Amino acid sequence: MNYFLAKNYLDEKKVEWKPMRDGAGIGMAELGETAKDMVVLGADTIESSRAHYFAKKFPERFIQCGVAEQNLIGISAGLSYQGKVPYAVTYAPFLIGRPWEPIRTIIAYPERHVVFVSSHAGLATGPDGPTHQMTEDIAITRCLPGFTVIAPADYEQARKAVQAAYSLKGPVYIRNAREKTPLFTTEKTPFEVGKAQVLREGKGATLIGHGYMVYRLLQIAEELKKEISLEVINLHTIKPLDGKTILASAKKTGRVFCAEDHNVIGGMGSAVAEFLSQKHPVPMKFHGVQDIFAESGSVKDLWKKYGLDKAGTKKVLLEFLKR
Amino acid sequence: MKQDYTITELEKKANEIRQDIIKLLVKAGSGHSAGPLGMADVFAAFYFRVLKHDPKRPAWKERDRLILSNGHICPVRYTAMAHAGYFPKSWLATFRKINSKLEGHPSFKKISALETSSGPLGEGLSQACGFAMAAKMDGMQHTYHVWCVTSDAEHQEGMTWEAAMFAGKNRLNNLTVIIDRNNIQIDGYTEDVMPLEPLREKYEAFGWHVIDMNGHDMAEIISTFQEAKAIAEKPVCIIAHTIPGKGVSFMEKDYKWHGVPPGTAIPGEPEKEKQAQIALRELRTLGKKIEAADLD
Repeated sequence: MNYFLAKNYLDEKKVEWKPMRDGAGIGMAELGETAKDMVVLGADTIESSRAHYFAKKFPERFIQCGVAEQNLIGISAGLSYQGKVPYAVTYAPFLIGRPWEPIRTIIAYPERHVVFVSSHAGLATGPDGPTHQMTEDIAITRCLPGFTVIAPADYEQARKAVQAAYSLKGPVYIRNAREKTPLFTTEKTPFEVGKAQVLREGKGATLIGHGYMVYRLLQIAEELKKEISLEVINLHTIKPLDGKTILASAKKTGRVFCAEDHNVIGGMGSAVAEFLSQKHPVPMKFHGVQDIFAESGSVKDLWKKYGLDKAGTKKVLLEFLKR
Repeated sequence: MKQDYTITELEKKANEIRQDIIKLLVKAGSGHSAGPLGMADVFAAFYFRVLKHDPKRPAWKERDRLILSNGHICPVRYTAMAHAGYFPKSWLATFRKINSKLEGHPSFKKISALETSSGPLGEGLSQACGFAMAAKMDGMQHTYHVWCVTSDAEHQEGMTWEAAMFAGKNRLNNLTVIIDRNNIQIDGYTEDVMPLEPLREKYEAFGWHVIDMNGHDMAEIISTFQEAKAIAEKPVCIIAHTIPGKGVSFMEKDYKWHGVPPGTAIPGEPEKEKQAQIALRELRTLGKKIEAADLD
């Protein structure tokens, strides 16, 4: 399948770097033109979580909730009952973590179509520190019945994801990082919610990631191509899980390496393991945030110290492949 | 539907609802007694006089929205809805049982006319604000009204005050909150557990118009609700002063009856086997004020 990836995308210096949160913000502002029942809600973080593009364009359909995230959820629920399609936008720990029980009770249980768009997911949040680096959001959204959980791989995919979410049913979470990350897909790259993307085919092992870690995996697969042929899957939709694609790949390669900027407990790797352990058990490795709270620092320093950069990821992968 | 019940008819309806609440709770073997009995007058007023609604068309766009925030008092809402014709009265006997549409706490997915799901406290007023905002966006604020019933103790939840602040800022004059000021909660009296007063001044400070109301005086309930709809410049808060367990002498004003049904062994209370019988007899005769025969 042709994914129309960017020209020379594997070269970090040549590829453009843009934040996913910008893609999500611009995607919402574009969608607002045709989606007249769409309402965006912010909670005092509208510029940094990029809700301001929509707010400036459609002030009559933007609601400022102030620093009151439980109320943000309640207002969204109320609007959804009245036929609106609310997009609740703020930082991941405040959007998903702080009001989790209201999300469970008044959004998920009554199957409300509310779209949650975050920024500040993962260590890629940087110097704000562990209070703002949300590394548990996938775990606590995917355990709620009926939730769709999407972690776009880059700016362009974030833009497409917020637009695709409009026509889904029930609650949708779209997880975005704050930092600039490589923009390796293009406008022409297809995106279908629930359909994993085999961006690179191989036979020696399957590498699965979400978010910007997909780019790392593609780079590593290229670097190791003389030693081993590696399959790379962009699992942008963590729920519902594309079991068919994962199963076919695991059967072909016989081992699976998962990488994500999220706690290894409960994240994408766990979702893949829950599935494969029952359908086709294979050796697996879970690379990610190893059940710790990190610290302040530049994103690059955090990636390096906690092993989420290319070198750190490659090291863990090579150890796994030696087993 | 017929919404022209007289005050006397409404009082009689409230009393019927109370009797059915007792029967429903006894059948269920669990559930909340005090709050539902205390709010029977308010719910009779809503479903038989005040609400713009049609039980045969629960999705009618122009209906008033009634959001029940303190979901645990659902026995009163279920009973009032059954009397109004939303579903057969036979459903009341299935409350809290497997395969029933009458969940222990209200489920929108089971009965859409409930408008929302509720149970965990403090979450209704936010949603009511969302309903009211949407009505304004659609230019429907004069077509229907948004009502939100809350308990007093759920004003210990921060989320309630987030919503109160939001409604004040946005001047949601199409929204009325009713606080069931019955002064009890699970662990005791509200002012002992976590004082709420001065409730009126708090709401006023948040930009609301506040009205105190005797929640058992039917004429006052009707006139207060009409007044609330007429206030144009602010959201309205009605503090409904009610007696928890109203109509059943051994339950009245006793927090121990917050979360248990008749038939519960409680020290100092009537024998558990006789509680339902006593309660029903008292309700039928309005505490011996009238002959049972007059009610039939």
